[in-house]
Amino acid sequence: MRNTKSNRAATAWLLATALVVGLPQLASAQSVLRIGMTAADIPRTLGQPDQGFEGNRFTGLTMYDALTMWDLSSADKPSVMIPGLATEWKVDEADKKKWTFKLRPGVKFHDGSPFNADAVVWNVEKVLKQDAPQFDASQVGVTASRMPTLASAKKIDDMTVELVTKEPDSFLPINLTNLFMASPSKWQAFYDKAEGADAKAKSQAAWAAFAKDASGTGPWKMSQFTPRERLELVKNEGYWDKARVPKIDKMVLLPMPEANARTAALLSGQVDWVEAPAPDAVKEIKQRGFQLQANESPHVWPWQFSRIEGSPWNDIRVRKAANLCIDREGLRDGLLAGLMVPATGTFEPGHPWRGKPTFEIKYDLKAAQKLMQEAGYGPSKKLAVKTQTSASGSGQMQPLPMNEYLQQALAECYFDVKLDVIEWNTLFTNWRRGAKDPSANGANATNVTYAAMDPFFALVRFLQSSMAPPTSNNWGFINNPKFDELVTKARQTFDPAARDAALAELHAASVDDAAFLYVAHDVSPRAMSPKVKGFVQPKSWFVDFSPVSMAP
Amino acid sequence: MLAYIARRIVYVIPIVLSVALVCFLLVHITPGDPLVAVLPADASQELAAQMRAAYGFDRPLPVQFGLWLWRALHGDLGNSIATGRPVLAEVLRAVSNTVTLAIAAALIGFTLGLLFGLIAGYFRDTWVDKVATSIAIAGVSVPHYWLGMVMVIIFSVQLNWLPAVGAGPGGSGSWGWDWEHMKYLILPAVTTSVIPMGIVTRTVRALTGDILSQDFVEALRAKGLRELDVFKHVIKNAAPTALAVMGLQLGYMLGGSILIETVFSWPGSGLLLNSAIFQRDLPLLQGTILVLALFFVTLNLLVDIAQASIDPRIKRG
Repeated sequence: MRNTKSNRAATAWLLATALVVGLPQLASAQSVLRIGMTAADIPRTLGQPDQGFEGNRFTGLTMYDALTMWDLSSADKPSVMIPGLATEWKVDEADKKKWTFKLRPGVKFHDGSPFNADAVVWNVEKVLKQDAPQFDASQVGVTASRMPTLASAKKIDDMTVELVTKEPDSFLPINLTNLFMASPSKWQAFYDKAEGADAKAKSQAAWAAFAKDASGTGPWKMSQFTPRERLELVKNEGYWDKARVPKIDKMVLLPMPEANARTAALLSGQVDWVEAPAPDAVKEIKQRGFQLQANESPHVWPWQFSRIEGSPWNDIRVRKAANLCIDREGLRDGLLAGLMVPATGTFEPGHPWRGKPTFEIKYDLKAAQKLMQEAGYGPSKKLAVKTQTSASGSGQMQPLPMNEYLQQALAECYFDVKLDVIEWNTLFTNWRRGAKDPSANGANATNVTYAAMDPFFALVRFLQSSMAPPTSNNWGFINNPKFDELVTKARQTFDPAARDAALAELHAASVDDAAFLYVAHDVSPRAMSPKVKGFVQPKSWFVDFSPVSMAP
Repeated sequence: MLAYIARRIVYVIPIVLSVALVCFLLVHITPGDPLVAVLPADASQELAAQMRAAYGFDRPLPVQFGLWLWRALHGDLGNSIATGRPVLAEVLRAVSNTVTLAIAAALIGFTLGLLFGLIAGYFRDTWVDKVATSIAIAGVSVPHYWLGMVMVIIFSVQLNWLPAVGAGPGGSGSWGWDWEHMKYLILPAVTTSVIPMGIVTRTVRALTGDILSQDFVEALRAKGLRELDVFKHVIKNAAPTALAVMGLQLGYMLGGSILIETVFSWPGSGLLLNSAIFQRDLPLLQGTILVLALFFVTLNLLVDIAQASIDPRIKRG
């Protein structure tokens, strides 16, 4: 009995000591997630990030919200658009160019100022209204083209705003995922303090100051920023969506443009997560117990065909033959060590915009050879085609070895492929100028990857005849009345389900026409420490860092 | 001496202007769009024209060059297209990191190079000479980015002794010469030091051997001077040439090594140049090249002056 008593006393004493000693430690133990990005610099932090969708992923969707957002909660279903800072919206039945957005009540910016209709108008005008004090040309380029029809915004009441488009456009709510809401109050405070010769100089100074001390409504707040080196974000305890208040306390973002350096940083424990590890290190990463996350991305690695007069790709049999001549599974399992998904179109089965194409894109060598023979080619009469590509570039995966694989594969279908390898920026510039431009060097296909998040980026800019250069990226001057008709139908269908059906019809038509040589989708590989828990890799360019936790 | 210094400074002006002109023209005549970092791929012609006008790329090249040079002379290198931040601040921050790296690498490289060179020169054609010479040849022959990767694999990934990348636990913004920061510096500094170490070894070995074979050394020894005093004479005679070589090497290191800084994600001028090239950020690219050229030219000037002060014959030349 005495023993039991003394044991209890000892246990109680130990527990008390543990609580006294341990609790402050628990309270001060901060969970930190360190991420090695592929970017060479911290993407811009002032609201509209640069560096493509990697910028949106790390400094857009973390610190900021938009009126509409992507659902990033599932690894199995394609990411779809959901309400964000707007809870509901509708188009004016009488004038399909006018939209009304109801705003989410009770949302505050990181500086404590309220989010309301004035803030929405201010943020639209920062990129669209040239005489607005907050207009910033440097943010226009990365914003305007992602919402090409938006013209203006008007406050109806504190929690209601009206947006106007240049033409009826049902894609507007999807496009608005790209317009991040920065705090007008915070910016105004910087503007009032700024010194400058004129309003424009003061505005520039205010944006520069805002970039160093940003304020949005997102789940993460900026805490420390060293340009080109690191950005530290801390959790926003007051985030409006309680389910998405981050589980970890701090996230550190580090630019590491070199794949081997990123991989070494992960393997040596310097960071907990790296984007796009070096492909030849994948085996070691797995062997050493690290996680490798990958999932199909809305991304296409294609050859975009020239359809100008005289192009060999004007014959649909040739386009279909090329699509049937590639062993995509072989490319995935061999050259790319599993890090790709074979493409059978811009969208794969299960996607709401996939539709029901009748032309099945698969590896069928005999069918491909037959089509080529019907088109007048054979072992003794090969079809010469020339494709422009680059040795590297954003989202280009492994362009040279992949193109050499295609070159060999297509040779079996009587193609004689010549590759014209040029520098990435030059290729990208030509993408805007089109197949007729001298900078195309007479190529009749170009190999530039593209994001397929929204209908304009995924389909319209390539398929609509009016999107031919210099307007947009219909590089090969596709001019198909059926595509034009379906684009108009999709744009002018405002019921979301009917709009999705119209887009599915457009996509199916593009596959049936073998509009591109569809090869692969990237899988956005990222490697992480076994301590990283709760991460869901959606079928998206973006990820949600909120549910991520760190095991001790 | 003052006249010599003034003459050398006057020579620098056309060199700097030529460098400014060449780097301006080089980045403008290469194909591709100067606004590729901020213009989306599907930008309309209207938007592209608007942006071009906003950044001044719609003006004739001579006007653009004149305006750029005028602002540069007033300490304004413009703003980065990609980030909007002032180029001068970006370049100076990167250069300060490169200077840190170069100083550490110079300390290692020059110390070892002088040591190996003197030993090899004094003990010419012995096994000591062969070992020192082999190290020197390896130093200049091994691709340093490859050596960097090997060092990372051994000391970071396998042994976990030193960090693989970066400039410190809180970035270079909180730099200090303490162990927490120094351990980030060791691998890039050792890798950077390998080439200057090899070159200095070879130069000093050749100089020492050459001087030791001259008559005046025999005369000094015949006069009964201790070997340590003879050694001082050898060093004095070898110093101008060795100094010139070390100055050039320091210049190369201050110019930043794109490969080493990329391998170690060291936020110096080499990495800055790399990202300016990849983002085709013309103001940043021009500004970085200009500042680095100024560094190089200034360093050469200082080396020339130092040489002239040691060896009066140079002034006459």
